Amino acid sequence: MAPRTSPARGRTDARLAVDIGGTFTDVVLEHGARRVTTKVLTTTRAPEEGVMKGVAEALGLAGLKPGDISLIIHGTTLATNALIERKGAKTAFITTEGFRDAIEIAYENRFEQYDLFMVRPAPLVPRRLRLTVPERMTAAGTAHLPLDEAAVAALVPTIEKNGIESVAVGYLHAYANPAHERRTRDILAARLPELSITLSSDVCPEVREYDRFSTTVANAYIQPLMARYLGRLDADLKRAGFDCPLYRMMSGGGLTTVETAIANPIRLVESGPAGGAILAAHIAAECGLSQVVSYDMGGTTAKICLIDDGVPQHSRVFEVARQYRFLKGSGLPLLIPVIEMVEIGAGGGSIARVDQLGRITVGPDSAGSEPGPACYGRGGAEPTVTDADLVMGKIDPARFAGGTIALDARSAEGAVQSGVGKPAGMAPAEAALGIAEIVDENMANAARVHAVERGKDLTGRTLIAFGGAAPLHAARLARKLGIARVVVPTGAGVGSAVGFLRAPVAYELARSRFMRLKDFDAKAVNTLLAEMRAEAMGVVRRGAPKAKLAETRTALMRYTGQGHEIVVPVPARPLSAKDADALRSAFERAYRALYDRVIPGGAVEILSWTLAVASVQARPRRAAPPRSHYTPKPQSLRGVVDPETGRLARIPVYWRSELRPGARIRGPALVAEAETTTMVTGDFDAGINALGYVELVRKGQAKKTAKKTGRSGKGA
Amino acid sequence: MARATTKPAKAAKSMKPAPKAAPAKRHSAVDRIRYQIMWNRLLSVVEEQAQVLVRTGFSTSTREAGDISAGVFDLGGRMIAQAVTGTPGHINSMANAVRHFIRRFPVATMEEGDHYITNDPWIGTGHLHDFTVVSPVFRRGRIVALFACTTHVVDIGGLGLTPDGRQVYHEGLYLPIIKLVERGRLNEWLLDIVRANVREPVQVVGDIYGLIACNDIGAKRLLDMMGEFGLSSLDDLAEFVIGASHAAKVAAIRELPKGTWRNEMRIDGYEAPVDLRCAVTITDKEVIVDFDGTSPSSPFGINVPYCYTEAYTSFGVNCVIAPSIPNNAGSLEVVKVLAPPGCIVNALHPSAVAARGTIGHMLPDVVFGALHQAIPGRVPTEGSAGLWNVTLLSGRGRTDPAHPYAPGSRAFDVTMFHAGGAGARPNLDGLSATAYPSGLRNVPVEITETVVPIVVLQKEYRQDSGGAGRQRGGLGQIMRIKSLQDAPFAISARFDRVRNPARGRDGGGNAATGRLSLGNGTELRAKGVQTVPNGQTLIVEMPGGGGYGDPRERPAELVAADVANGMISVVVAAEKYGVVCDTDGVIDDAATAALREAAPGGG
Repeated sequence: MAPRTSPARGRTDARLAVDIGGTFTDVVLEHGARRVTTKVLTTTRAPEEGVMKGVAEALGLAGLKPGDISLIIHGTTLATNALIERKGAKTAFITTEGFRDAIEIAYENRFEQYDLFMVRPAPLVPRRLRLTVPERMTAAGTAHLPLDEAAVAALVPTIEKNGIESVAVGYLHAYANPAHERRTRDILAARLPELSITLSSDVCPEVREYDRFSTTVANAYIQPLMARYLGRLDADLKRAGFDCPLYRMMSGGGLTTVETAIANPIRLVESGPAGGAILAAHIAAECGLSQVVSYDMGGTTAKICLIDDGVPQHSRVFEVARQYRFLKGSGLPLLIPVIEMVEIGAGGGSIARVDQLGRITVGPDSAGSEPGPACYGRGGAEPTVTDADLVMGKIDPARFAGGTIALDARSAEGAVQSGVGKPAGMAPAEAALGIAEIVDENMANAARVHAVERGKDLTGRTLIAFGGAAPLHAARLARKLGIARVVVPTGAGVGSAVGFLRAPVAYELARSRFMRLKDFDAKAVNTLLAEMRAEAMGVVRRGAPKAKLAETRTALMRYTGQGHEIVVPVPARPLSAKDADALRSAFERAYRALYDRVIPGGAVEILSWTLAVASVQARPRRAAPPRSHYTPKPQSLRGVVDPETGRLARIPVYWRSELRPGARIRGPALVAEAETTTMVTGDFDAGINALGYVELVRKGQAKKTAKKTGRSGKGA
Repeated sequence: MARATTKPAKAAKSMKPAPKAAPAKRHSAVDRIRYQIMWNRLLSVVEEQAQVLVRTGFSTSTREAGDISAGVFDLGGRMIAQAVTGTPGHINSMANAVRHFIRRFPVATMEEGDHYITNDPWIGTGHLHDFTVVSPVFRRGRIVALFACTTHVVDIGGLGLTPDGRQVYHEGLYLPIIKLVERGRLNEWLLDIVRANVREPVQVVGDIYGLIACNDIGAKRLLDMMGEFGLSSLDDLAEFVIGASHAAKVAAIRELPKGTWRNEMRIDGYEAPVDLRCAVTITDKEVIVDFDGTSPSSPFGINVPYCYTEAYTSFGVNCVIAPSIPNNAGSLEVVKVLAPPGCIVNALHPSAVAARGTIGHMLPDVVFGALHQAIPGRVPTEGSAGLWNVTLLSGRGRTDPAHPYAPGSRAFDVTMFHAGGAGARPNLDGLSATAYPSGLRNVPVEITETVVPIVVLQKEYRQDSGGAGRQRGGLGQIMRIKSLQDAPFAISARFDRVRNPARGRDGGGNAATGRLSLGNGTELRAKGVQTVPNGQTLIVEMPGGGGYGDPRERPAELVAADVANGMISVVVAAEKYGVVCDTDGVIDDAATAALREAAPGGG
């Protein structure tokens, strides 16, 4: 799977990507070697308006007409926001009699052990709209109780009376046999042709009823909204004269067609961050780096993702709308293919405080963009990470965000002093250093635990930093993680949209089918995988009719008696009885990679299978090292508290726009640009590589890193 | 087991002088930031260590309920950091267990590559199913710290996890503190003994390996950290962490009113009701909970060793007074727990203790009743408290001789973790179908049905089971379960609140009691192994949580919404809440006004 070039070719190579975020809609247009970017405000009520405005601006800047565009790719937080803000359709849930509370009872747990006043997220469908039907499948997929068809038909008046727009159908063990769900859909569709209907056996045919039902209900909840929006955008684009293919970015990092997006809008959740990870994977390939950490830090959160050999880590489950300090368990689980990343409540706007132990804490709550950090001068009184960065001297108050927001250094210092310095008994500079160090440590801890959970090591990797706040903190984070090299790409402010342009057309499916390895049934597995392959191929071919396709298969396996499956690679070919042994060895290899051991004599079982199909694309050519090196002159000197030493020093400031490939800078230094500033701490040196990216290398480590990451040339 | 009789003395022993001096006075600002960062790192090390156990564990309680513990200790056996895991039963117990280990094997005698193990209920966490492993960490040939971890294994032989035992000897294999690994060499004989004594040898031995791996990972991360920060010893960091935590906890206690408050709560017990009595004393530096007056030990396996009593009691207190202060030697020592030897919450060897959770989980409710008098408005009402775990057994010797094992049918042993309703909060309804104090996570019905031949016909909220109140108690659940085999099966019941409900507070009503029965109406006992004859349905009705405040003060719209959602019936809405509405939640305003004016509190 090497996601690269464009999925389809039009008459020119001009391609557009649009990422609708909460605040801004980013548009990127690539035409040959040229790239044009624009940012417009998101028009929340009718997002297509912002899109059309941004697209028109980008076309104007590039001097192109709608007819010149060969492809449009589009990602949006609309689906996520509808779930967070509970602004979806009026939805009913039809389930097996006896189980109407499964989506509310959830895991029966408290995600915060010590909080007596904890509240669990309310389900998307209230109890009175959770309707039940007598029917029951067993785990083996045989009908223990036949579907009561009359009971299904009898629900029609209730659906009508309550003005229901969308219905989720989730029956127990429907992943093993979807017959009852499909029959239910047919009965309802015949009587209510306008009704949106989502089946659990379509959306995520996987075992574990709460997770599956939660996904099904969420899909039903956002389906009408997303279908209307996607339809309107499609019409607006056609009217404006675009006649190229339109793709949607999915949470798993692949592109899909509008039909698939309309049927499965839940797969569009978190597409923006996925674009960021795809971009990082692309940069890794350009720089010839096999193992990287993608690090995206914006205003409210930081996202960290591990990428090996150009492929970001994937996961089968994502939790959306965490409502309690980003805690695991405080949101709604979705069984969808996602690029796996750890998200930490640590951004430029994260608020710092002192707790009852006298410890500095940062986040997870954020001052957002309104009122924003104290230094924005819009009424924010609590100190934030950006305020701390400003007090430490890392940010030039006159040039923040390209000079669009003049920062007020005195407000920042006042907020840092009253919110942290005074209660902790520290001077403002010390308090600011403490805030920065704690937020960096929080990110480092989260990254470390994330890597361990995946059986991965962080040392020896390269950190790829983008998003407005990441370059300010990347060196320090790298140091804490034992990472010796950092890359800060250009255009980091619209990273997700750029990433969309590098994504393959792809689709991933998962099916549960329980099987003990000692009873391995190759024929049944082959039948199942062939069905899955046909379905995935069908979806991908619609978007990439001629591209070469690659297929990836995995089995989700565990020792009998355990509760968590691990992902085991499976060859993409028909299996035979002999493959049972190979599966066991592959399982043991994967288990050992995660836990450093195997269980001698332990029986092994398979719960589910996954299959992904993606268009194969050429890897980008690896950039050559700069031909010559030079030492640039600093623009100015500025007093900065170096977080590495904790001391104030006057350090050189460089303008990134004036640096050429081959530039070499000794840390400590600052490399400033319109959207962000790269802090080069004293333990790092910096350079500009042939692509114009800033590269930080830990002092004394240049050779070692080059070896580990397989770089040959001299590097920056 | 003489040590078990000296518990109050042991509690007193921990009253050694607190590390005084607020850290602020001793360290510069930059040092303090550094210490805080190292503290955070230490917490992340033990979290990581704990994750390994959860993800590789074999017992349901380990992997779904996080029934494990992991922590790092200084060479004096003082706990510096502990992972926040699913169940509070390990909180103080692990902190104290390490002291027992180093008494048996002094630190000076420990060697690199050693690991020590026990499942002594009076040293570990209260029953034989929990194994604790302690391992020294060496840096450059010098011992620098100890790691400890605990996990719940799926079987330990004996009668299995039931309250039917009369002595701990009935309850399975009992390992004193012994060397599991000596300088890197595993004690294979010990593992052979374990394998020969338990029903699931591969899984239990797998979990023992997991405990070793867990401490090894902790050690590796700790050494990385010490390298990064250039530490040759943990002493200064331990002082800082323990000192800061102690000072913060004392400061929180200083805010509370001083005095002694008492409470008592009657629960079902096994053969006779049990009265749990406590006196909570708040001074300006500690909270003392004394269970004097509590019923004596039971002849059955519901007795609680002191270590488990101490853990659940201090967990309850901490939830109220200082929920955000991490557990360590400094923060734990300011809550003191006393219980007379021989009472049911300080049961002595050889009492049977397998189902000690049934009573142990009730202790926070007992303490809350006293704390409510001291600091009204800060604690919930009583909840179902104990877990309603459904343990089903099938196979030779598992069912009643009158309903013998059917040859050819599949033997199984499965536990589904479930909970009734929690108590209402002063400002919020109680959580329905949610465990407190345990931190359980349930097992999906689909997963249970995949691995054992049963079918769950219903698992839903139980209407009207939450106590009425201005804030309503959480609802319990009803489950109906059948075998898919032509064979009987058994349930190992460990339930309470079947005769004595969770009580409401300040005018709030009591919750519904629980019930265990068969489809034909036969009532089963709430405790002990009993048979479900071939073809019968098992019905488990879980209790709810108590209500808070006068139900007639609950806004009529909320009552009507509860009716529309089927959480309460039309009858209860009228009789207890004084709200007249139909099943769609449409309120009859005039009738409601008349009812609400007519009668005070419905409780």
